[in-house]
Amino acid sequence: MSEKKGRFGIHGGQYIPETLMNAVIELEKAYDFYKNDPGFNRELTELLDEYAGRPSRLTFAKKLTEDLGGAKIYLKREDLNHTGSHKINNVLGQALLAKKMGKTRLIAETGAGQHGVATATAAALMGMECVVFMGKEDTERQALNVYRMRLLGAEVVPVTTGTATLKDAVSEAMREWTRRIDDTHYCLGSVMGPHPFPTIVRDFQAVISREVKAQLMEKEGRLPDAVLACVGGGSNAMGSFYHFIEDKSVRLIGCEAAGRGTDTFETAATIATGREGIFHGMKSYFCQDEFGQIAPVYSISAGLDYPGIGPEHAWLHDTGRAEYVAITDDEAVEAFEYLSRMEGIIPAIESAHAVAHAMKLAPTMGKEQIIVITISGRGDKDVAAIARYRGEDIYE
Amino acid sequence: MSNIAKAFEKGKAFIPFVTCGDPDLETTAKVVRAMAGAGADLIELGIPFSDPTAEGPVIQGANLRALKAGTTTDKIFDLVRDLRRDVTVPMVFMTYANVVFSYGTERFVSTCADVGMDGLILPDLPFEEKEEFAPACRKYGIDLISLVAPTSADRIAMIAREAKGFLYIVSSLGVTGTRSEITTDLDAIIQVVRENTSVPCAIGFGISTPEQAKRMAALSDGAIVGSAIIKLLERFGKDAPEQIAAYVREMKGAVGYRPSL
Repeated sequence: MSEKKGRFGIHGGQYIPETLMNAVIELEKAYDFYKNDPGFNRELTELLDEYAGRPSRLTFAKKLTEDLGGAKIYLKREDLNHTGSHKINNVLGQALLAKKMGKTRLIAETGAGQHGVATATAAALMGMECVVFMGKEDTERQALNVYRMRLLGAEVVPVTTGTATLKDAVSEAMREWTRRIDDTHYCLGSVMGPHPFPTIVRDFQAVISREVKAQLMEKEGRLPDAVLACVGGGSNAMGSFYHFIEDKSVRLIGCEAAGRGTDTFETAATIATGREGIFHGMKSYFCQDEFGQIAPVYSISAGLDYPGIGPEHAWLHDTGRAEYVAITDDEAVEAFEYLSRMEGIIPAIESAHAVAHAMKLAPTMGKEQIIVITISGRGDKDVAAIARYRGEDIYE
Repeated sequence: MSNIAKAFEKGKAFIPFVTCGDPDLETTAKVVRAMAGAGADLIELGIPFSDPTAEGPVIQGANLRALKAGTTTDKIFDLVRDLRRDVTVPMVFMTYANVVFSYGTERFVSTCADVGMDGLILPDLPFEEKEEFAPACRKYGIDLISLVAPTSADRIAMIAREAKGFLYIVSSLGVTGTRSEITTDLDAIIQVVRENTSVPCAIGFGISTPEQAKRMAALSDGAIVGSAIIKLLERFGKDAPEQIAAYVREMKGAVGYRPSL
């Protein structure tokens, strides 16, 4: 048992009830074995290619580039994956791993519903039972996704405790896991929670940066100058950054949800407003009050509405290897509309946070420079909410 | 010798729990004095946390009510200072890692010692992470209580060997809350515990009736009860101290019962 196990600098660790310890140890052992198992990797690659539709495209955004008048902008199109977001990359990996471990039941938390839908999808595909925990408030904001999960055969449990959002869904999924461990795998949706989850989820999402690197090499013969991705827990950002961490010339920029502004209490920007803490199994940065009570965070985006950030991001922030910026609701909505009109691509409101930062950054860069924005998901799920934000009373 | 050991000196211990500040700190003070007067051997004081992941709905509710009432860690330290003017029963805090960490571990633990607390239970702190808090606890003489769960299996011996104060045996899978039946093979767990430590062990999670408490205490050195007490607070509010005193007396009678040989 080494001090360094599951640590990213001082962050990470395994701060969970004793009841769960043997389950995460078993998971770690299984993952250590299967990650190097050719059969497992063959099966996963086939699922990613034939079922999820990988590799996802790297689209040159010509009009966006011309309009912003600076760096060349490429979009990594995770929105084109089956189920409409990057979440499927991790879920197929974990579901396959759970199946190899003899588990017959998947449980998951979800915010916007993208991870829940992806988990329900994988469970349907692999013939596993599935229960998704979702904050009651989110089940109302994202009613269509709730029905989608049910259609896929999953049970959706509305969580009414606490603020009835993503953090409470995570807490409830953890509670459920302590209730029933033998046949159940907790399919955590982001690079967070106790070790080994931050590592497992990052490895399964690293396919994003692996592909970007190869695709850009083919199109431009070089590395990008900046990679931008939105960050809640941080899984699409970690996947987008991972294979560029050693390439010091590449700026890695995570875009957090500032909500109504980092100077208000209605924000979810953890790096900007949080401090070191221990919660949901990990040491990392959290939005909290002076006595360590976790803050009720806010963002227009249910997927970024989380009071913490994955431990590897906390470490990338500490070392200065990645930068983190905060994007307000207003900026994200503007970017949502801008990308829709400009390129005919409706991004998830989460991904729109990264687009919003590119709108600021690109004009300051040279025309020979290259920005890659990860479009982590498609925005169909957000259309009604954005209409309401603009004062049009549309309900799904 | 650890002050906590005194709780187990006079036979089987009855260990009640209460969340500080539910519904307010004045009531908590009365509840603690009522428990002590009714024969509680060790008292667990919960410091409320916004997201208590090891708790069932009953204690979750108590945590949220206490926070809503404006309860803070500092106010709870003041409460303990006041209680220690007359309450001599050993007392331990039960809270979550972030409450201690964010207060500043050394500052939190030294204040615990200063106000007269004897131990600390953190349900989200497994063996592998205990060095986060153990050095400060050793320095100030606060026992950091370890937990053993029904799933601990090959980990029981390792945990027991380093146990301090008492060992908290989690009776069942899942979160805190009353259960009609406890089916874990606790005999087997406690046998391994006994082979590896002389520190006493008490069973908690799911215990509410005198019969359950009697059975659990017979297997171990004591029984811990939380949710059943919070339910009395939910039902009787500020009038709960009397009800809780009667309940503790009944439960203490049940665990103290020794069948004639």
